[in-house]
Amino acid sequence: MSDHHHKETFVTKYIFSQDHKMISKQFLVTGMIMGIIGVFMSMLFRMQIAWPEESFSIIEAFLGPHQTDGVMNPDMYLALVTIHGTIMVFFVLTAGLSGTFSNLLIPLQIGARDMASGFLNMLSYWLFFISSALMVISLFVEAGPASAGWTIYPPLSALPQAIPGSGAGMTLWLVSMAIFIASSLIGSLNYIVTIFNLRTKGMKMTRLPLTMWAFFITAIIGVVSFPVLLSAALLLIFDRSFGTSFYLSDIFISGEVLHYQGGSPVLFEHLFWFLGHPEVYIVLLPALGITSEIISTNSRKPIFGYRAMILSIIAIAFLSTIVWGHHMFISGMNPFLGSVFTFTTLLIAIPSAVKAFNYITTLWKGNLQLNPAMLFSIGLVSTFVTGGLTGLVLGDSALDIAIHDTYFVVAHFHLVMGVSAIFGMYAGIYHWFPKMYGKMMNKTLGYWHFWITIICAYGVFWPMHFIGLAGLPRRYYSNTAFPMFDDLADVNVVITIFALIGGLSQIIFIANFFISIYRGKKAPQNPWNSNTIEWTTPVEHIHGNWPGKIPEVHRWAYDYSKRVDPEDDDSDYLHGQDFVMQTTPLLDGEEPS
Amino acid sequence: MLALFYIFIGVAIGVSFWQLTRIMNLRGTIATDKDNATQGKIALAFMAFFYAIMIYCLIFMNVLMLPESASIEGEHDDNLFNITFWLIGIVQFIMQFLIFYFTFKYRGKKENKAKFFADSHKLEIIWTIIPAVVLVLLIGYGLWQWNTVMDLSDDDDSIVIEVYARQFDWQARYAGEDNTLGLGNVNFIKGINSIGVDMNDENSQDDKPVRELYLPKGKKVHFKFRSQDVLHSAYMPHFRAQMNCVPGMVTEFGFTPKYTTAEMRQQSEVVAKTAVINKVRKAKGEDPYEFDYLLLCNKICGASHYNMQMKITVVEQAEYDKWIAEQPTLATIIK
Repeated sequence: MSDHHHKETFVTKYIFSQDHKMISKQFLVTGMIMGIIGVFMSMLFRMQIAWPEESFSIIEAFLGPHQTDGVMNPDMYLALVTIHGTIMVFFVLTAGLSGTFSNLLIPLQIGARDMASGFLNMLSYWLFFISSALMVISLFVEAGPASAGWTIYPPLSALPQAIPGSGAGMTLWLVSMAIFIASSLIGSLNYIVTIFNLRTKGMKMTRLPLTMWAFFITAIIGVVSFPVLLSAALLLIFDRSFGTSFYLSDIFISGEVLHYQGGSPVLFEHLFWFLGHPEVYIVLLPALGITSEIISTNSRKPIFGYRAMILSIIAIAFLSTIVWGHHMFISGMNPFLGSVFTFTTLLIAIPSAVKAFNYITTLWKGNLQLNPAMLFSIGLVSTFVTGGLTGLVLGDSALDIAIHDTYFVVAHFHLVMGVSAIFGMYAGIYHWFPKMYGKMMNKTLGYWHFWITIICAYGVFWPMHFIGLAGLPRRYYSNTAFPMFDDLADVNVVITIFALIGGLSQIIFIANFFISIYRGKKAPQNPWNSNTIEWTTPVEHIHGNWPGKIPEVHRWAYDYSKRVDPEDDDSDYLHGQDFVMQTTPLLDGEEPS
Repeated sequence: MLALFYIFIGVAIGVSFWQLTRIMNLRGTIATDKDNATQGKIALAFMAFFYAIMIYCLIFMNVLMLPESASIEGEHDDNLFNITFWLIGIVQFIMQFLIFYFTFKYRGKKENKAKFFADSHKLEIIWTIIPAVVLVLLIGYGLWQWNTVMDLSDDDDSIVIEVYARQFDWQARYAGEDNTLGLGNVNFIKGINSIGVDMNDENSQDDKPVRELYLPKGKKVHFKFRSQDVLHSAYMPHFRAQMNCVPGMVTEFGFTPKYTTAEMRQQSEVVAKTAVINKVRKAKGEDPYEFDYLLLCNKICGASHYNMQMKITVVEQAEYDKWIAEQPTLATIIK
């Protein structure tokens, strides 16, 4: 389109770029830096849990005034937990995952020159960058960063008297999140408009790769639910700074009665979880979309049940907006509401089960090319199943009473959304790295990375279920005050050791990533023999993606191993090879799949 | 010393980067048949490892888990939990087997061809219907239990107790002879009236403030929860009970204690768990532990969140009557 109109300077190419490929790299690298901070924090607080009140020079070196002789202070423990959650959920798994792959793949897989609005796309990244910077700056506030948990329930988050982190740290947190939401909304609107309007000739909605469906539906969920979090945050800012009482009532703290009357913290919980639960799927669906694509390509088989996969994405998206109350069974809301939310919550297991079964059927009788991306996708299916199943326990209100806010919950959601989404992100990076940088990543390091990571992931989170069932609440600085938890000390040490190894082993990935950018082997045009049209673009990035006309699409994305005789597995490939690109016209008499 | 440590770390990182670049110069980037064979075998080995830790934890961590429910209402919780746990356990073992076994079994080979299998409505209907039916059963049982636990309407006979939370301790108030709590509000907090009871309310006079809970066995207890500052959560894991304490509103929960503290100490699971705990404590040179019911705070509430507890003692009715009679009323404490 506009490839030769003006000369690119360093600033327009690398910094204020409007090219979706460059923006996706910016999202990825920013997300990775935030990820390093988030994971590092978790390693620090895991050390405190395993070896409570022991002195570590690393804690002394990093926590400055928030430690005493190498032992972190209880306030700082809560701050680390809070910021770890915030960073991982929003900055890594929302912006880092969706931002990277929606930006990279949407134009490339639907056959567009760029996003509908390159300027808004650039704006989306820079707002994300500002919000990341604010979040990092909040770590250096004198009283410490926000420490009311990533769910920032008021009154704790509203009253600096209740916890020091609710002072300037919380203000920065809220401002950062408000900007983050703006970034996310701008991005999502752009994705939706682009997928609706800019598909190339022949790219019907029913021919879109599942990645596109996943990103599309994710963007819709984001547009529906993120504004509600923005309003929740704004009302909280009003309560904190302008004396309103949306969430606060009847409070006596530091020896005085505060003026707040008539508000309710439960209102905040409703508003927060109206985003908070869909957020789980905002994180997870892109990972599932990426996995669908990678499993199909590397199995050399069509994804099983393409239509069922789309329907289940839509069903999950719809249900996800009416289940938020399962985070609030014991909040004091009407028990009848609890019944409704139990019902809708357990329903969500059905489309999730369909997806898991479909992945496994896709593996069945495949010709699996076990590239690192494929292993991470298989790992995702494994952790998604493990974490998803315990959802049946937590989603049942009667059972939730007994284990709400224990480590059982921590294990559940880390597996089902944390580890799964991270695996999806890694799978995507290994798979599309050649598209992003024109180089290949090293597979041996990829294998090491995968196996160490999955062993550590299960080493951390499988035993964690059991300390939850022992009744140990989450967010405890230490459990030495309770002799009834003394028998959990050894388990906590084991978990921490796995966490430290798992965290450090990510260095393998980071090294592989950066070394490959500079020293990796040059990528061929279609390294994984994939069907989708992003692999028809030249390896060297150009503005507008395709040098000539945008190719026309003639079929769906999953004609892998299509045979002459569909009934006979021994017959020859219809097109002479085990993949048929979407741009290949139908042969005479060929039935579309 | 510390400087030396950092130099060592720097050198180690440098060396590993150097080694990494060497690996990267040597090896390939796209999986070959040989890689598929190796990775397929590793997948199988991983499956063995995963099954081993799953089974190990299921067997040997059983002792760490909470003992059977100490409330009558919690019995069905335990039942439902066991049913759900067996169900998801079986599904988990089957699914993980399929995932990693298929990874091994169908590892790619040059001479193999994948099966072109894009759709089967029959299969899809089967695995939509089966989870749906199973879930309907689970939901049915769960909702029945939920409605039973949360229904506090027909308990004229129950003991009414207010549990009061603040940073960072618990207090409680028994409703006294009339079994009705006097009104409470933060505006009444003053000096010894630490939980803000309205002393002009007639119902307040016979209320009894306490620092520890005594509950009679076999009688329903109706809790009302208040908080004066931030959210707290009253978590009584042994009774399968939990409810948030929300400033500005009163929340409720109820249960019937089933075993006295003394009986619970004899219960086999508790005996086993106590033995493990005392082994750990002995190694650290600490006093032996004896089982007690506890109320813990389970909603992040500030720096000392991790140390906010209240002891609960369940006793026989006669002993309870004696104990409650000894407690002074608010009218005698606050003049």
